[in-house]
Amino acid sequence: MNTKFSPGQVVRVRPDAHDGHHRTPWFIKGKMGRIHSVAGEFFNPESRAYGGDGLPKQLLYAVEFEQRDVWATEYRGPDSDTLVVDIYEHWLVKAN
Amino acid sequence: MPGVHDRGGWPTDEMIDRSDHIWMDWEYKTHALVGALRFRELMNTDELRRGIEAIPSEDYEASSYYERWSRSLETILTEKGVLSTQEIDTKVKELEGRWESDS
Repeated sequence: MNTKFSPGQVVRVRPDAHDGHHRTPWFIKGKMGRIHSVAGEFFNPESRAYGGDGLPKQLLYAVEFEQRDVWATEYRGPDSDTLVVDIYEHWLVKAN
Repeated sequence: MPGVHDRGGWPTDEMIDRSDHIWMDWEYKTHALVGALRFRELMNTDELRRGIEAIPSEDYEASSYYERWSRSLETILTEKGVLSTQEIDTKVKELEGRWESDS
């Protein structure tokens, strides 16, 4: 697998709106996180949802975010809390 | 604004109902039907989800989990021409008639 990102790397989730079916939850768009691990290659749900073949397969990463970064002051848990979200490669950009 | 299905982080003061409930026959059958359609490659999980996401928000809120599945099934299968709305309506009428004559 030719991965664009590696575990530990800091990434940002694209803030893009998307009318069609996609698996990137709204609350994580635009947030910065760290690649936790590579989950594998999967058919692209954005094409498969409309009768497409889902090819080329897309790389899926487990990306870890600080809860404090995701929810800002609304988050009442400890600072050490993190959240891991599965995000496809084309939804991620290099941070900085 | 996120779609009605994109729920994470929506503010609410309501308690989340964590109680389990007994599944009805039609709910088992709906799940099994999706499994069979996947096996036959007539539809996939992404299409099922897309059909659920297309439910107007008022109906989405008023529907149970498998009601959403069942509605999506109808959307996808009619879209692909596997079934027509008329065929579904005709069959429903026929089954309703059978149910009434049994009871």
